[in-house]
Amino acid sequence: MIIAAIIAIFVVMVLSIVRAIAGPSLYDRILAVNMFGTKTVLMIALLGFAMGRPDFLDIALVYALINFISVIGVLRFSKSYGFQQPDQQPEEHQ
Amino acid sequence: MRDTISLSITLALFWLANSGHYNGLLLFLGALSVLFVVYIAYRMDVIDHESQPLLHLTAKLPAYCAWLIKEIILSNIKVVKHVWLGKQSIKPALKTIKSNQVTDMGKVIFANSITLTPGTVAIDLKGDDVLVHALMEEDIAALDSGEMDRRICHLEKP
Amino acid sequence: MDLFMNIASGICLLVGSFLILTGGIGLLRFPDFYTRMHAAGITDTLATSLVLTGLILQNPDALVILKLVMILLLTLLISPTASHALAKAAIRSGLEPMVKEQKDNQESK
Repeated sequence: MIIAAIIAIFVVMVLSIVRAIAGPSLYDRILAVNMFGTKTVLMIALLGFAMGRPDFLDIALVYALINFISVIGVLRFSKSYGFQQPDQQPEEHQ
Repeated sequence: MRDTISLSITLALFWLANSGHYNGLLLFLGALSVLFVVYIAYRMDVIDHESQPLLHLTAKLPAYCAWLIKEIILSNIKVVKHVWLGKQSIKPALKTIKSNQVTDMGKVIFANSITLTPGTVAIDLKGDDVLVHALMEEDIAALDSGEMDRRICHLEKP
Repeated sequence: MDLFMNIASGICLLVGSFLILTGGIGLLRFPDFYTRMHAAGITDTLATSLVLTGLILQNPDALVILKLVMILLLTLLISPTASHALAKAAIRSGLEPMVKEQKDNQESK
């Protein structure tokens, strides 16, 4: 069962890379990369169990945090970052 | 002061649960890191009654979580059905709905619950208005002054 | 008892894998960014919970279970925040969501 789950997650990682390359807008790409990251967390946990080394869970935990911070960081480079104060909001679309 | 102490205890328990090694040097380093994080939180001025919000919600939270899990499972089945039916079957909609919560914490729980159930995403929150995007139009109608809103209003009453 | 646990964990893992695959296919099939976000939402909530529950049922070690529960809670707290930030940034940059009425759809065919 663990092997089946690993294969499914691998297929979905490939699908999200396809979306990240094809995605028409910047946000499609960020969404695909975010999904790739969350699937990586699951993949690390499953691989740890498949190889009999539950220590991998620490790495999965850290990867979940890094993934979130990297998404917020990439959003910060785009002009319209989501968490700004209301008075600093960039101009709405013209 | 009470919030600082409860933050330190939570962080220490978190460190102990994650570490799994309990000899003298590592315990000392752990205590050092807890103190450092508390100092950073103090400098960022984020220690207040909201840094430990679960303290006064704890009694009512499990019932709400059970209801939310049921809701997540139901809406997951709905979205899975639409994924396999293809894009002709979906009817995306964007609408502003009212939230009836009084506290900030209640509003945050409301918006997060909307986003956590697949099929609806809370995009913007200004004052009492929540901008919601949904996969199906009728999902928004169900949210507007619906059961979720009522349950969270009940949750935030002291 | 052991056999029951194994079967339950197998079912959880299989259903979780199916939901993850569905989310991935939805990411490719749906027409615009906002609808794709809902497809990613499936894989972030129920699929992750089911896969991690399947792993919890396989392992009796308390520390491992605690870490799995911690990953589950973190994922459930992080994923709505990330998708909210993403959606808010997208709508502020002027990416219009595709809102279609059922009637328009039939007329255009």
